[in-house]
Amino acid sequence: MATPLLEVADLACRRGGRRVFERLSFSLGPGELLALIGRNGSGKTTLLRALALLMRPEAGTIRWQGVEARGEPDVWRGRLGWLGHLEGLKADLTVAENLLAAERLRGAPPAEDRLDSALVAFDLSSLAQRAVRTLSAGQRRRTALARVVLTQAPIWLLDEPLNALDAPAQAAFREALATHLESGGVAIAATHADLGLPGGRTLELGTPT
Amino acid sequence: MADLHFLANPARFRRFSQRVVPSLSGATALMLAVGLYLALLQSPPDYQQGDTVRIMFVHVPSAWLAMAGYALLAGLGASLLIWRHPLAALMARAAAPVGAGFCAVCLLTGSLWGRPMWGAYWVWDARLTSMLLLFFLYLGHIALSRAYDEPERGDRAAAILALIGVINLPIIKFSVDWWNTLHQPASVVRLGGPSIHPSILVPLLWMAVTLFLLFVLLVLLRTDTEIDRRRLENAEQQA
Amino acid sequence: MSGFAALVARDLRLVWRRPGDVAVVLAFFVVATTLFPLGIGPEANVLARIAAGVLWCAALFAALLSLDRLFAADFEDGTLDLLLLAPWPLELAALAKCCAHWIVTGLPLAALAPLLGVAFGLESSVLLALSATLLVGTPTLSLIGGLAAALTLGARKSGALLALLALPLCVPTLIFGAGAVEALASGGDFGAHFAVLAALALVALATTPWAIAAALRQAGE
Repeated sequence: MATPLLEVADLACRRGGRRVFERLSFSLGPGELLALIGRNGSGKTTLLRALALLMRPEAGTIRWQGVEARGEPDVWRGRLGWLGHLEGLKADLTVAENLLAAERLRGAPPAEDRLDSALVAFDLSSLAQRAVRTLSAGQRRRTALARVVLTQAPIWLLDEPLNALDAPAQAAFREALATHLESGGVAIAATHADLGLPGGRTLELGTPT
Repeated sequence: MADLHFLANPARFRRFSQRVVPSLSGATALMLAVGLYLALLQSPPDYQQGDTVRIMFVHVPSAWLAMAGYALLAGLGASLLIWRHPLAALMARAAAPVGAGFCAVCLLTGSLWGRPMWGAYWVWDARLTSMLLLFFLYLGHIALSRAYDEPERGDRAAAILALIGVINLPIIKFSVDWWNTLHQPASVVRLGGPSIHPSILVPLLWMAVTLFLLFVLLVLLRTDTEIDRRRLENAEQQA
Repeated sequence: MSGFAALVARDLRLVWRRPGDVAVVLAFFVVATTLFPLGIGPEANVLARIAAGVLWCAALFAALLSLDRLFAADFEDGTLDLLLLAPWPLELAALAKCCAHWIVTGLPLAALAPLLGVAFGLESSVLLALSATLLVGTPTLSLIGGLAAALTLGARKSGALLALLALPLCVPTLIFGAGAVEALASGGDFGAHFAVLAALALVALATTPWAIAAALRQAGE
């Protein structure tokens, strides 16, 4: 096995006075996908938020190429493509405006030239100038996924990416994810459904003691 | 068991408080009795204000404790935010209403004292106005710490507020003093006075120490209650 | 810095899409101010005497009224997570949000206040001073109010709580803002008041972004 890019060791998280999981360890090499499965409340979202440093874990380390993520949090955050259970879209902005604004907020160089391919990947080209307010749930989810693709980040953290997606959209997502992994990225996705990619690993989060 | 770690500190605190509370209550009661004798009977009436000057023996220490109480909230806030000390949150929850209580006592006694001195229950005296704003800061802290379904969020939000509040407190005091001198030039009678005779200073300091002990006692008792409450809430969540 | 500018631009664009939200705040400012002559009576010397205080209080309420949604909208649609994940300091993001708020409320309030001052019978030099104090004082209100908005994010009854938290902290700005105008009208030292007002803005600038960032982080957990 190749040297791991991402190493998570002995992670423990607490939420609302309750320990959600502890001594959680895994590592991912280039091109590897980790599917998080488990019942509602088993800590999938908590784990994703801890990995994104959105919440402070009680214990444990997160290392990228041997460097502790919390040591240089801004560098770590710059490597993340994030899809939460909320889409992170402004209802009053158009699809294109949302995507470009999100990229500029990451401090990335202008993304106009990359925008088209991200829109095409999720069949959003015809919706680009529509306000997000007017979109269906599935169309919003696709816009949010296009936002993740646009980041070109090496690490994708996805919370239920298949939610509200119809069959063609799911296929588009799989293709985008496969491309991301082939280029050497890693992805961690919390999911109820089968992501449908060969070779993906799974981590089951159980009820804590 | 997941909760043992969380309770480690509070449990140690409880053993400490159970040892201290009985003797502390006794000492406070004894000192209060002596203090009231000194303040109400033994000290001489003021040649100008007569017996109303005795209000000072409660009013002034209450003002001191109300200010010290807010500084305590800020200290506890820092210890919660920096070291994530679980006891600090519970103690801040316990201390805020006590500090607010002393602040209210200060305001009430101030207004009772104002009636014979200024002929009105409330004048916009700089010190009283600053105290009133401190009381508002306390109210904000108490309301914020109880405004969340998750108590931990309320703890941390209130901690941040206490830190910002303690930075702003001297600024507020300065502004109110400025405002007051501008609108009521110099004629205001200052509470206290430039030099205090020992026959008044001794009971004043005695009462200050007594009320300080009362403050500590109340905070200890209320912290105990907060520990129970949090334990109960966690048990409910786990069930 | 590009992220800062991008965030200000995004928020301004959002306001541009819904100009009604700002219009309501300004309308509140006008209506609230108009109530005072109706409640107190139209005597010119009384109105001129209270004008600075009334306009400053009304501006304070109007600014706070509009702060309720400052972070709540981002919190509800998930864009707050994107801000928390941006690879530049969250303190700057907090500052950018307050800056955008000031541009769409503080600036128009400062522009509108002299018009209302005329109705209160203020002299033209005093009108200018009123506008200047609001220009320098309203950033402080946006910053302190922004902190209160961040602290009450996700709380029950956040609107009234926000006002309770912010108002005592805004007292110094109110005192020196209204005081400066009054000083000019009554021949006092306008410069000293104005300098303190500016100093208060600097103190808020130096302290609140850190506190707002801390509050946003804990709201994200």
